[in-house]
Amino acid sequence: MRRILHYLSRKQWLMIGLIVSLIIVQVWLDLKIPELITRITALVQTPGSLVSDIWQTGAIMMLAAFGSLVSAIVIGFLAARIGARFAQRLRSLLFNQVESFSMQEINRFSTASLITRSTNDITQVLMIIVMGVQVLIKAPIMAVWAISKIYDQGREWTLVTAIGVLVVFVLVGLLILFVMPKFRRMQILTDNITRVMRENLTGLKVVRAYNAVAYQTAKFEAANEELTDTQLFTTRSMSLMMPVMSTMMGGISVVIYWIGARMIDSAAAADKLPIFSNMVVFSNYAMQVIMSFMMLSMIFIMYPRASVSASRINEVLDTEAEILDGPYRDPVPGHEGEIEFRDVGFKYPDASEYVLCQISFQAKPGETVAFIGSTGSGKSTLLNLIPRFFDASEGEVLVGGRNVKDYTHRGLLNQIGYVPQRAVLFSGTVASNIAYGDNGRADFEFDIEQALSVAQAKDFVDKMDGGVDAPIARGGTNVSGGQKQRLSIARAIARKPDIYLFDDTFSALDYQTDAKLRSELKRVTGDVTTLIVAQRIGTIMGADQIIVLDEGRIVGRGKHRELLRDCRVYQEIAASQLSEEELAA
Amino acid sequence: MRRGFRQVRPGEKVEPLSVTNLKVALKRLIEYNRRYLPAIVTALIIAILAAAFRIAGPNQLKIMADEIALGLPGAGGIDFPSIRRVALILALLYGAGGVLSFLENFIMATVSARISQRMRSGVVDKLNKLPFKYFDQVSYGDVLSRMSNDVDAIGHSLNQNLDNLIVAATMFVGSLVMMFYNSWILALVAVVSSVLGIFIMTRIMGRSQKYFIAQQEGLGSINGHIEEIYSGHQVVKAYNAGREVKATFEGMNESLYESAWKSQFLSGMMMPLMHFVGNFGYVAVSVVGAVLVVRGVISFGVIVAFMMYVRQFTQPLSQVAQSMQPLQRAAAASGRVFEFFDEEELMDESHKYRSLGEVAGDVSFVNVRFGYDKAKPIIHDFSAEFKAGQKVAIVGPTGAGKTTLVNLLMRFYEIDGGEIKIDGIPISQVPREEVHDQFGMVLQDTWLFEGSVADNIRYSKTEVSDEQIIQAAKAVGLHHFIQTLPQGYDTILDESSSLSAGQKQLITIARAMIEDAPLLILDEATSSVDTRTEQIVQRAMDRLSEGRTSFVIAHRLSTIKNADIILVMKDGDIIEQGNHEQLLAQDGFYAELYNSQFEPVA
Repeated sequence: MRRILHYLSRKQWLMIGLIVSLIIVQVWLDLKIPELITRITALVQTPGSLVSDIWQTGAIMMLAAFGSLVSAIVIGFLAARIGARFAQRLRSLLFNQVESFSMQEINRFSTASLITRSTNDITQVLMIIVMGVQVLIKAPIMAVWAISKIYDQGREWTLVTAIGVLVVFVLVGLLILFVMPKFRRMQILTDNITRVMRENLTGLKVVRAYNAVAYQTAKFEAANEELTDTQLFTTRSMSLMMPVMSTMMGGISVVIYWIGARMIDSAAAADKLPIFSNMVVFSNYAMQVIMSFMMLSMIFIMYPRASVSASRINEVLDTEAEILDGPYRDPVPGHEGEIEFRDVGFKYPDASEYVLCQISFQAKPGETVAFIGSTGSGKSTLLNLIPRFFDASEGEVLVGGRNVKDYTHRGLLNQIGYVPQRAVLFSGTVASNIAYGDNGRADFEFDIEQALSVAQAKDFVDKMDGGVDAPIARGGTNVSGGQKQRLSIARAIARKPDIYLFDDTFSALDYQTDAKLRSELKRVTGDVTTLIVAQRIGTIMGADQIIVLDEGRIVGRGKHRELLRDCRVYQEIAASQLSEEELAA
Repeated sequence: MRRGFRQVRPGEKVEPLSVTNLKVALKRLIEYNRRYLPAIVTALIIAILAAAFRIAGPNQLKIMADEIALGLPGAGGIDFPSIRRVALILALLYGAGGVLSFLENFIMATVSARISQRMRSGVVDKLNKLPFKYFDQVSYGDVLSRMSNDVDAIGHSLNQNLDNLIVAATMFVGSLVMMFYNSWILALVAVVSSVLGIFIMTRIMGRSQKYFIAQQEGLGSINGHIEEIYSGHQVVKAYNAGREVKATFEGMNESLYESAWKSQFLSGMMMPLMHFVGNFGYVAVSVVGAVLVVRGVISFGVIVAFMMYVRQFTQPLSQVAQSMQPLQRAAAASGRVFEFFDEEELMDESHKYRSLGEVAGDVSFVNVRFGYDKAKPIIHDFSAEFKAGQKVAIVGPTGAGKTTLVNLLMRFYEIDGGEIKIDGIPISQVPREEVHDQFGMVLQDTWLFEGSVADNIRYSKTEVSDEQIIQAAKAVGLHHFIQTLPQGYDTILDESSSLSAGQKQLITIARAMIEDAPLLILDEATSSVDTRTEQIVQRAMDRLSEGRTSFVIAHRLSTIKNADIILVMKDGDIIEQGNHEQLLAQDGFYAELYNSQFEPVA
């Protein structure tokens, strides 16, 4: 938690300083009011006092109350500005940090966790800072000041107040000790019940087909019962808090008056009046002190969560991106579009097994190189090394005649049109999704129409309301899976790269669309290097070079017919997809 | 479908509710939870009682202060027994008040937790009675949010706000009465000064509403942006869109800052303002009271009592203001939950009897008509007859309606016309459960739940022995793999378990084996596994479909070439029908589909 405070700027620290001094003013004014009541009490209890004196004192009290309000408003204003600015800064830092991450770092945290860190966790930290700036500073000042003011005149009263504060602390302490863990447990149980219900929802067909409604309901009821039990414990325990507090506050004023009566009785005649007025004032002070501590204890309840959030944020900010920029922007002249792997090996950090091992191949402009193999054979990972989503652990990956590590990120990616396995669309329009990002070329105009027609997306886009300006919902939920994939292919085509990387892009399309799209693509972009990862033999049969991967190693390479003859793994894959006649052909 | 209440996601703004909506929602809530009504009423009566004790307190303190004032020079001297008596009464009042309000809180805590529990169960109960049609229109997230967020909102506000409101009202009225009882002049002073303060406060709060909404919206959109960009990280990187993305983000971030500090500031003003209103009334009462004491109109103790009454009087007002928002949210939430409860359920079938008996497996479609939307039929007039033991394949491009046929067969949806018969008996004449009993099913999305491997295979057939489970696993070729798992058949499957798509599919096939039904549905069962694994899965499915009438949907045509009948669907119609060779000979759509698989890269 302390570390995250470093992200407060100097200006914000100055503002906090200002808040501290304003709080001192406010406490002074707040305490002034009861003190002035002493004067009024004295006036009232002294026979023959002037009514005008009372009015005058009243006016001063009003001024004090108003002054307190003004300083409170200024404090609130400053605290709100500090908090919001701080949250903005953290959010921006996190966002930029995550943007600089490669897939390596993203995977380490998981996307879901990074999202929580950038949203919820920031809110948690923000809340404690806004509260903290006001309450954390005010409570001790208030307590010390109030007690010191009256301490000389009534030690017994002070003692009573101290006992009151102690009770607050003990109660809150007990609640933190016994109830807080249950709150954490409740979060787990809530997740649990949501999971059971999500299970029921996503498996609705199976649940009904297997007549398992009763089974599923029993499971839910068990989760529900467990959650309710914990909830009962926490809410019942928490219901102790307010009654104890209000009883204690009432009790304390009774005790203060009781002690007061004793003191007045035994005091010398001249001291009796001051003691009486002090008594009235002190019962007020006692309330203020206890209230302050109650607020303070709220902070203690909030703190653990905020502290966890803060450290989660720090964790992200402290993570340095491992993939760094090189000096070059452009490929070696004359080598544009070339790709070469030289003895490339890859393993995840801390893993003992290699995902890829001794991979070497070359792809020249205009060539199509395809990769096939079963799940886990490393074919997607291989593709990911080219745009540096990961860096090779061994060997060299060359693009345009240069090691990918020698490029700036922008420079490298400007040459590449990458289409991921899972199509990603962003909220906006069809056009904004196609003409996405930039490719480093000045005055480049995206040819959206051509990209759409090559990607076989023109038909359905034309049918959409607004054509290329039709809105795309967040996550592309308003178009179907196959349409999404075609738009994501169009996006790659529109930037006119030297190299296409298709990571199992075509499996989501039906055979006809797949075939049409590829032949059209070939026609329009003849001199572009294309790397395709595929599952279907049909997709890659015509490739210039097919590389067969098994458990991270190349187990075969060549054209379709050669592999069909020589490569056992390829034969197996083919046998599962093609008929006897086709295999024989 | 009615859309009385729009779906509100957490963090989204809550639309202000009209009083009538609030009333309707509350009425439904009370009706639904009638059995807890006595407990709630008891709790509220106790709450009023506790509040009454708190109201009586300051009046006794007044007596005490007056008694003590007698000890001042010139007065009569302190009467200790009388003070002791008053102190005792006070202690009793506070003590009893505390116990009572704890009791009330305890009851409310219990009741609200039980109500939440009951409503959660209600949602799941309802969910299992709804037709599939409902889920075509509503997202899972929406239903989930009704079960969790909405029910939580209801429980929370029942626990925290309902009794608060009652206590506040009691305190307000009680303090008012007590003040006028003690001194009408001071009472007027207190009321006027407090009302003035609160008037100013509500004006400010009213102003702040739009900033709250702006903040919530800002937060919603920036969180949405973050989620979108993080999820699409690879694409953002690959297309060098970092600059644009950051620019959008910073723009959102800046406008969020503006609305965030404003709403934070304005809501933060509530406390100091309340404090000021309190102080204002307090000072007014002290000063005017002092003047009255000097003039001999009231005793000093009255001021002491008033100092407390003023606070007791102003506090409830701010409490009501604070309770209003959660109560509104709860009303909106219960609106959504009841809307869900009101959805049309599956037809009641308690009058239908199981009459299929031992099913051989003949299936026929007779002039079947169906549309997800009745106005737009997808299946126009479909008739076909399948003999027991046949393998029926359904092929066609995405969106052709292949899964629709399965949905009708399983009675997930009711047909609009015609009949579907099993062994000659229309399936609409028997209970849905009996239809389901005739089918084993393997789908594209392998649905496994968090539980042991054995439980996932056994599923709802709790009477099946471990031995049979192992037999099924052996039959699909999974036994060896399961034994390599850390706890064998007792290994818990969850997100962390690293099963391949193929292994998951094999488990669901084993499940279908345990089900041991005469009819079988295989809906794209191999499309999420790679082609080598597919062979293994295919082999397991072949074992499974032995002796059963099976319906196979596949988009890899190689897997269904040996089917007895292939139905070719396009745009909801069966356009061709026959076996592989016949269809190829026809050289129609099927032939085109089939050949397009092998078109090489041009």
